[in-house]
Amino acid sequence: MCLGIPGQIVEITDANRLMALADISGVRREVSVACVATPDLCDLIGEWALIHVGFAMSVIDADEAEKTLEALRGLGEAQETLEAMAEGASALEGTQ
Amino acid sequence: MRYVEEFRDPVAAKAVLAAIETVVQEIGATAEKPVHIMEICGGHTHAIFRYGLDRLTPKGIEFIHGPGCPVCVLPMSRIDECVEIAERPEVIFCTFGDAMRVPGTRKSLMQAKADGADIRMVYSPLDALEIARRNPEREVVFFGLGFETTTPSTALSIQQAAREELRNFSVFCNHITVPPPIKALLDDPHMVLDGFVGPGHVSMVIGTHPYDFIAETYGKPIVVAGFEPLDLLQSVLMVLHQIRDGRAEVENQYARVVPEHGNPVSLAAIEDVYEPRRTFEWRGLGEIDASGLRIRSKYAAFDAEERFGVGYGAGPRLVSEPEGCACGQVMTGRIKPTGCPQYGTGCTPEMPLGALMVSSEGACAAYYQYGATDERLEAVE
Repeated sequence: MCLGIPGQIVEITDANRLMALADISGVRREVSVACVATPDLCDLIGEWALIHVGFAMSVIDADEAEKTLEALRGLGEAQETLEAMAEGASALEGTQ
Repeated sequence: MRYVEEFRDPVAAKAVLAAIETVVQEIGATAEKPVHIMEICGGHTHAIFRYGLDRLTPKGIEFIHGPGCPVCVLPMSRIDECVEIAERPEVIFCTFGDAMRVPGTRKSLMQAKADGADIRMVYSPLDALEIARRNPEREVVFFGLGFETTTPSTALSIQQAAREELRNFSVFCNHITVPPPIKALLDDPHMVLDGFVGPGHVSMVIGTHPYDFIAETYGKPIVVAGFEPLDLLQSVLMVLHQIRDGRAEVENQYARVVPEHGNPVSLAAIEDVYEPRRTFEWRGLGEIDASGLRIRSKYAAFDAEERFGVGYGAGPRLVSEPEGCACGQVMTGRIKPTGCPQYGTGCTPEMPLGALMVSSEGACAAYYQYGATDERLEAVE
């Protein structure tokens, strides 16, 4: 119940009641954008948001998502380097 | 969204797992002397089992499944009160589907519906509002349930009902908050907890500062985490780094969704609509001070407890749990689900005895669905 799901805001349906249409995994449904409202609601169109029980709760920060992925990829590279170093050390000691 | 797939990248997962293995060795954690990491959120419990992260991570890590499934911690007495309200002929009772099978003393909501009560499963409190608009002659009651993730949506719905002056809409409020039970667990001398994976979507609403006490007062690391496999693995690694380095900080792995100070609109709605209850009963944990919310008197017209004369203050409350049910011990990490004598025999997802078997976010249901028994787990390994 506490899990949200990413959805893309595609249309503002009722600006007065802060309602918008969101595409959530191919299903379109009206959601409240009260929690993420901008002065011009049309700025939300095209944004991805975490949708939870019919409310867009947080606009997903694409740059932050990219940074996390980069860090994780970096970890992979570092691990590969460490493995290469270990291999190299073994090679030096003739234990390969 | 393209990120979802990327956060399940097996190559990246392998790299993070290798890094976890290294740090576990540096710490000197082993199967006999593991580090105990509690994932507070039931969504994380579900994800850990769904992706088999408990089996992929080294034996030096022991996951303790925390009290973060709102359906699981709901005491039987509250289900009894739901049934009492729902059985009134004038009432349309709206609930999230998760709560339908939670056993009450007399019956579950599912059984009450089968017996003729007008109980409707909704996706959103906004659906309950719409039902109220379309049925002005009926009393529409929404079962407000959940932690801080769900709390603002109910609050915003109550504010909307007030603006529209809807006379036939009310909320049976069972919203609860995360920090008080964590404090209760940390104060429990029987608990061994070395670090926490913090709830991602609760934190999206409240930010990261409500956890400062965990680091500052109790000296334990906590990392707010997302729900994808890589999110969880990276968060476990971040907790392990803190333990290795002797640090205790609140870190945010899920910054793409969780702002440090939370969501101001949600927090304002929570503040406007609710006030803390003096105490609230948690299944398995007992009464915890200031851990539940009630609707403020300015919105009393929308409070189902006021409207129907049920709930706290309406009579004796304690209802004993079913005999042999060990939900409380599982929830506090004292035993594994498989250690409960009723697990898989007297208590299954089809016929749950205890609440942890009801919701997919409950530790017992997750064990049952993805692991089943110790023997099968061993066979997989």
